[in-house]
Amino acid sequence: MNYLTKENGLLSWLLTGDHKRIAILYLISISFFFFVGGSLAGLIRLELLTPQSDLMATDTYNKVFSMHGIIMVFFFLVPSVPATIGNFFIPMMVGAKDLALPKINLLSWYLYIAAGILALYTMASGGVDTGWTFTTPLSTHYVNTHVLTTGMAVFIAGFSSIFTGLNFIVTIHKMRAPGMTWFRLPLFVWAHYAASILMVLGTPVLAIAIVLVALERTVGIGVFDPTKGGDPLLFQHLFWFYSHPAVYIMILPGMGVISEVVSTFSRKRVFGYTAVAFSSVAIAVFGFFVWAHHMFIMGISNYAVLIFSLLTMLVAVPSAIKIFNWAFTLYKGSITFETPMLYAFGFMGLFTIGGMTGVFLGASGTDIHLTETYFIVAHFHFVMVGGMLMAFLSGIHFWWPKMTGRMYPEKISQLAAVVTFIGFNLTFFPQFILGTLGMPRRYASYPPEFQILNVFSTAGASVLGVGYLLPVLYLTWSLKYGEIAGNNPWQATGLEWQVQSPPLTENFPEIPIVDHEAYDYEWLENQKEKEVASVG
Amino acid sequence: MSDSTAIAHGTAEAHHEHPPYQRHHFETIAQQNDATNFAMWLFLLTEIMFFGGLFTAYLIYRNWYYPAFVAASHQLDIFWGSLNTLLLITSSFTMAMGVWCAELRKKSGLVLCLVLTFILGLGFLGVKTVEYREKWEKHHIPGLHYSVSSFVDPASDPEVHDKYPKDQPLALDMARHTELYFFLYFAMTGMHAVHMIIGIAILAFMIAKAQAGAYTTGHVTFVENFGLYWHFVDIVWIFLFPLLYLISRH
Repeated sequence: MNYLTKENGLLSWLLTGDHKRIAILYLISISFFFFVGGSLAGLIRLELLTPQSDLMATDTYNKVFSMHGIIMVFFFLVPSVPATIGNFFIPMMVGAKDLALPKINLLSWYLYIAAGILALYTMASGGVDTGWTFTTPLSTHYVNTHVLTTGMAVFIAGFSSIFTGLNFIVTIHKMRAPGMTWFRLPLFVWAHYAASILMVLGTPVLAIAIVLVALERTVGIGVFDPTKGGDPLLFQHLFWFYSHPAVYIMILPGMGVISEVVSTFSRKRVFGYTAVAFSSVAIAVFGFFVWAHHMFIMGISNYAVLIFSLLTMLVAVPSAIKIFNWAFTLYKGSITFETPMLYAFGFMGLFTIGGMTGVFLGASGTDIHLTETYFIVAHFHFVMVGGMLMAFLSGIHFWWPKMTGRMYPEKISQLAAVVTFIGFNLTFFPQFILGTLGMPRRYASYPPEFQILNVFSTAGASVLGVGYLLPVLYLTWSLKYGEIAGNNPWQATGLEWQVQSPPLTENFPEIPIVDHEAYDYEWLENQKEKEVASVG
Repeated sequence: MSDSTAIAHGTAEAHHEHPPYQRHHFETIAQQNDATNFAMWLFLLTEIMFFGGLFTAYLIYRNWYYPAFVAASHQLDIFWGSLNTLLLITSSFTMAMGVWCAELRKKSGLVLCLVLTFILGLGFLGVKTVEYREKWEKHHIPGLHYSVSSFVDPASDPEVHDKYPKDQPLALDMARHTELYFFLYFAMTGMHAVHMIIGIAILAFMIAKAQAGAYTTGHVTFVENFGLYWHFVDIVWIFLFPLLYLISRH
């Protein structure tokens, strides 16, 4: 008996309050949207195979990259790790039976689905061509595409994200098991706590910005329209006040996954646990004070540029602390190279490059040269795809045995991890070069001398596509044919690994009493000895 | 299995001491109350950020187009604004009394307080309708045949002109920015009114439930959390009233 077999039938899933079932619902839905967004990315790369705009008309191209951005950001990256792995494991990691607000959790999924359907409807009926940033006054006065419905979709998806974040904060504060102090929490929980703060404080500001865009479009008032006395920069401030912290919403949960994986597969406590925990919170705090670096070329004052440039450099510090601490965790550890660890290595390398190039962009001088070029595109894809997606796949492989009770096939998934890594670099590394050479983003055509690098990039995208399809195939296969996993295949220390796989509906037969630190492998050894002794 | 994490298979004996309204995933009723209460505070935090965007916009445009904002705010009637403030504060009082009645398990007191809160909330919306109607008649609704005549030529609007005889006519390009003031006025009070309508709908639901005996069994969390929401909506108005009605009155 476990959470999957307790009840049957579609309704038992659609009306469930069980965080684990909701996590599975989310996993299926975000995977669907990932492949929608991925197909759009494929179309973009195909168009850019040749210098002319030949596969599609330029206005179609605008819609394709806009929808790619909107779907990937709001329907995949923001909910990716939190709504699936976080939803499934945060209650288990803190030693609770469920999230604090199970109905709100289910509501969050329904809002996500409603928003997703609206986004798909928009796409089917012609799409939107403003870019995912809804830049005003373009979005309010100059385009005739479906800004309103897209805006509404993002607005609703935002509430789904707020509810997830709110639920996590309440759960982490109020639902910890006896003995589970703040500094015994796995770093995965700390990372989600920080990301949840960003969701709860940032998302409402995006919501109001979108409401104002919608009102401006329907009523025709110039809040953001300079010809009517409005201020387009105000929209930028409101939008990026959410959307910059949003990149930390996207990356922090991924960092949480990496902490768990790196510790488990090097059999060592994460080096500098407290520093890593606080660096998550520091990223959340600093993350709120860097938004104007998206506006260096938009005519904000020189002093603002100076201050935001400095603050942007500062936010690199806690990220670097994490990278260094993971590296020190590896040092003298007993490292093994299972698939989750391969993805984690991929994350560390690619995220470091993504983060370092972010420093180039935070420096206002180089930013003026590089902004709106492919350098930006390469930078955030290194962080989002190279970072977050790698972390997501790492986490899915890592916790797959716990979620399903079955092992994934090791060899082919190691292959998939390597294919993903190669494909990723082939796709996005050339874009750094294209950017420094001056190829602008968001155009369907480009000068012929850029073709060779674009061909590399498109070829890489096909490899990457294979890398993403493989897990779908073999993970589905493993549901029926995978080896039975057992309770703790990785010999990991988290509370979630000490119970049966798949877990009971209420997670624990009885609420655990925690008497050890996180990542205490000695404690785990002692547990096994006791078990042997009691059996013998 | 480990014994220190207490995953030994115990019986669920603790379960039958729980009150019926305790959800299965909470260990104690205190934990449940704490958690839902905390969640409500967090939700109100998101609401603050939501309204914060509008307040920021107001702040910026008031600084940019000060004369337009002063002239436009003179169009608002202090009487209606004060009446509404009075209605809302009173409704917050009746709401707080409602929570108190629920805690003391006084059913009729609770129903009475909720009904009073409901009526006061409706009264607020009624006054708002009167005010909106006035804007409609004077063509002060942004985007719908908006007219700047009251600002370019104050004498054409004797009602307001008598109250503020020192108001100078505005140049046309400044007068046009009054539309921005009214846009923010409608956006802010409208967003506030939406919150009121949601609140009143929940009140109606609560009155029905309270009459059937809910909330006076010791399980007051819902009334308490709704009270927090109602007070929050009240407080938003406490900021809107001076910013929109009072600040330019001298």
